[in-house]
Amino acid sequence: MIWQLSSLFSSIAHANGTFMPPDGDTIAPLYDHLYLVMVLMSAIASLIVIGGMVYFSIKYRRQTGRKSAYITHNTTLEFLWSFIPFCLFMVAFGWGWYVYYQMRTMPEDAFEVNVLAQQWSWNFMYKSGKKTTADMYVPVNTPVRLIMTSKDVIHSMYIPAFRQKQDVVPGRYTQTWFQAPHVGNFHIFCAEYCGMGHSAMLGIVHVLSKADFDKWLETNPYKGLTPVQVGQHLFQQKCSVCHNPTTERKVGPGLQHVFGSMVQLQGQPPHLADENYIRTHILHPSTYSVQGFPKGVMPSFQGQLSEEELTGLIEYVKSLK
Amino acid sequence: MSATATAPSGDNYLNHEKGLWSWLTTLDHKRIGILYMISVMVFFLLGGIFAMLMRTELIAPGRTIMGPETYNRVMTYHGTIMVFMVIIPGIPAFLGNFIMPLQIGAKDVAFPKLNLISWYCLMVGALVAFTSLFYNGVDTGWTFYTPYSIRTHTGVTFMVLGAFIMGFSSILTGLNFIVTIHKLRAPGMTFWRMPLFCWGLYSTAIIQVLATPVLAITLLLIACERILGVGIFDPTLGGDPVLFEHFFWFYSHPAVYIMILPAMGVISEVITAFSHKTIFGYKAIAFSSIGIAAVSFFVWGHHLFVAGQSEVAGIIFSFITMLVGVPTAIKVFNWTATLYKGSIEFKPPMLFALGFLFLFTIGGVTGIMLATIALDVHLHDTYFVVAHFHYVMVGGTLMAIMAGFYYWFPKIFGRMYNIFWARITFVLIFVGFNVTFFPQFILGAMGMPRRYYDYLPAFTSLNRISSIGAYTIGLGFLIALIVILQGIFGGEKASANPWGAKTLEWSTVSPPPHDNFVTEPIVTAGPYEYR
Repeated sequence: MIWQLSSLFSSIAHANGTFMPPDGDTIAPLYDHLYLVMVLMSAIASLIVIGGMVYFSIKYRRQTGRKSAYITHNTTLEFLWSFIPFCLFMVAFGWGWYVYYQMRTMPEDAFEVNVLAQQWSWNFMYKSGKKTTADMYVPVNTPVRLIMTSKDVIHSMYIPAFRQKQDVVPGRYTQTWFQAPHVGNFHIFCAEYCGMGHSAMLGIVHVLSKADFDKWLETNPYKGLTPVQVGQHLFQQKCSVCHNPTTERKVGPGLQHVFGSMVQLQGQPPHLADENYIRTHILHPSTYSVQGFPKGVMPSFQGQLSEEELTGLIEYVKSLK
Repeated sequence: MSATATAPSGDNYLNHEKGLWSWLTTLDHKRIGILYMISVMVFFLLGGIFAMLMRTELIAPGRTIMGPETYNRVMTYHGTIMVFMVIIPGIPAFLGNFIMPLQIGAKDVAFPKLNLISWYCLMVGALVAFTSLFYNGVDTGWTFYTPYSIRTHTGVTFMVLGAFIMGFSSILTGLNFIVTIHKLRAPGMTFWRMPLFCWGLYSTAIIQVLATPVLAITLLLIACERILGVGIFDPTLGGDPVLFEHFFWFYSHPAVYIMILPAMGVISEVITAFSHKTIFGYKAIAFSSIGIAAVSFFVWGHHLFVAGQSEVAGIIFSFITMLVGVPTAIKVFNWTATLYKGSIEFKPPMLFALGFLFLFTIGGVTGIMLATIALDVHLHDTYFVVAHFHYVMVGGTLMAIMAGFYYWFPKIFGRMYNIFWARITFVLIFVGFNVTFFPQFILGAMGMPRRYYDYLPAFTSLNRISSIGAYTIGLGFLIALIVILQGIFGGEKASANPWGAKTLEWSTVSPPPHDNFVTEPIVTAGPYEYR
């Protein structure tokens, strides 16, 4: 089942025995080259300063009968240790600029995916009309451009394997791109703090071969599934960040045994949890606030679910007995 | 200097007046320094407890001791307390208040009443900020990014108003120091004879006066938006959230130099004193302080490389950030060169100063990596950044606070602490620090984002090492607290100049008399004449 996120996460090779994520796109080798050179330069510079400090500290430790020298300055030396670091910094700057230029030059013929971030999930929309949550599917060896915005607060699309990160800001579009030369699955993180579910706002990029991708684009994900199975699928992707399918509370209440019960509300009489109640909660969550939970935490899912999907979710909640 | 010869009969600032009221209404810069010392130590203890709670939660993935709501609050209070209540007032308001007038041969600061008001600003601001605890806490992180900080149902309004009031403490202290340094220097104390600690404070004061008002206004705008619904930053009200990031970092980047410049001043003092050698490149260090202060106003955009600012702006900010690296590198090389042919004693202040040099160098080179714009795209908002700024703020500023505290302790209290145990605290803090934060560089490069309550199983072992290091630091600071308290109340009497240092504060008795000097000092030479 493709929506079993947790099992997939553990199956993705992470560090490959190095201290960097795997190389997932065409930028990654360029990036790693610069990173390695900068780490080495930093290590050498640190060794010179720290080594000098330790050497002088031992060699010139206080000993009876030895006085310190009186040296106020040395213009040549001071010029050199200002000018040489300046030149090295300019190399770092220029090289950084060169790689950054390629990171930020969007290819014109790219395959476009629209991204809508919200607390706390990633929604992907394709030109074919297909929508996914948490899982993004892209073709291999094809430049892919992400056009992103947010429904609520600032998020940040971060794919370590692609060495790409771009904040996703409400009220405007930002973009990033990548081209993956190999088939594989890579992590998506939210890198800008966005509240309670920030560290659970994860996703996966599935890089598929062109044939597999075309097949995926055409298939109806709900074909042959019962409404409860559709609901379970959606629940895993969209709801499970905050709700357990058991009675255990997470960010919000656990949903087992909720359907058909009388829900205790704040400042309102108890309400029967029927189909309409669940539907209102998904589309207009601020209508009711459940006793024991802070108000205004749950985002609205209006406009993101088809009638078929809504019915599926309600049937799934119904099935949690 | 012969001022010590005619010390009057044991009158000093500590016994000049008696009773709690005399402390709360004191206009003596030394007593105000002590008030700051006590408040900063209490805040540091609180911020430290929050740090320990965070590292305990992060010792394993998933829930360990608290849920995400609690963790986000703990993280926020750790950040706000440590930044606004510990590191910013730590050196200027505590050590600076006490030592700077003594170093330039003044009787007090230029505006003693303003000085006391500054302390009350910090106290009232802190009180208002802590009121947020009773209004569902604050869960925005210390950066208060909008629109999250506008929408969250927590006590953000109290926290930002508190920070607004505390900002005035910083502005007024800065103003006071600028006027004091210009107007109250003793006869013969020219600018080029001033100790480098005063140069550090002077550059800091300029930033405090010019940059803090921007933060104050920005925080007030958040309060306006939350209370009155005025749309400034929230896009649903027609505002722009990235504008907040610009405003915030326009202050908060220079604020980084508010935190580090006085620390650099302390290090210059301690390294010369314990090398018994004049500083190498006095003018270069003094000018580089001013240089860093000036350039620091034009680098804020390096916090926004991936925030949605234009690529051209990003490249320009990357370039200017590289320029700040140059005066910083100059200082590091000058301190190292000061050790050359010195006569070095490894007393506790010197151990902390050498520790500073070690950690600050690593903090500096990783800063250059982050300023390299392409590298920042991957590393931004990961643990690499967390490690980098802890190497600068803790490995830099906090190590300098410890160096300065242990250095001026005999002057402040007229007593000496236990040298052996003070050295133990250094070993624990220094080793613990590296164990805590070095693994975080690797975590960040591997892709672990910051402010994560939960993480992938692949990140577990490095997080565990980091937590163990944090407990070591905690133990080190607890022992340091005992060493300090034992020194204050039961330490042996210290002489006026136990380290054999040459700056002016060491020429008066310890603890100094109410008016600082028995006879007005006349300065005839530079600050570090070790011949």
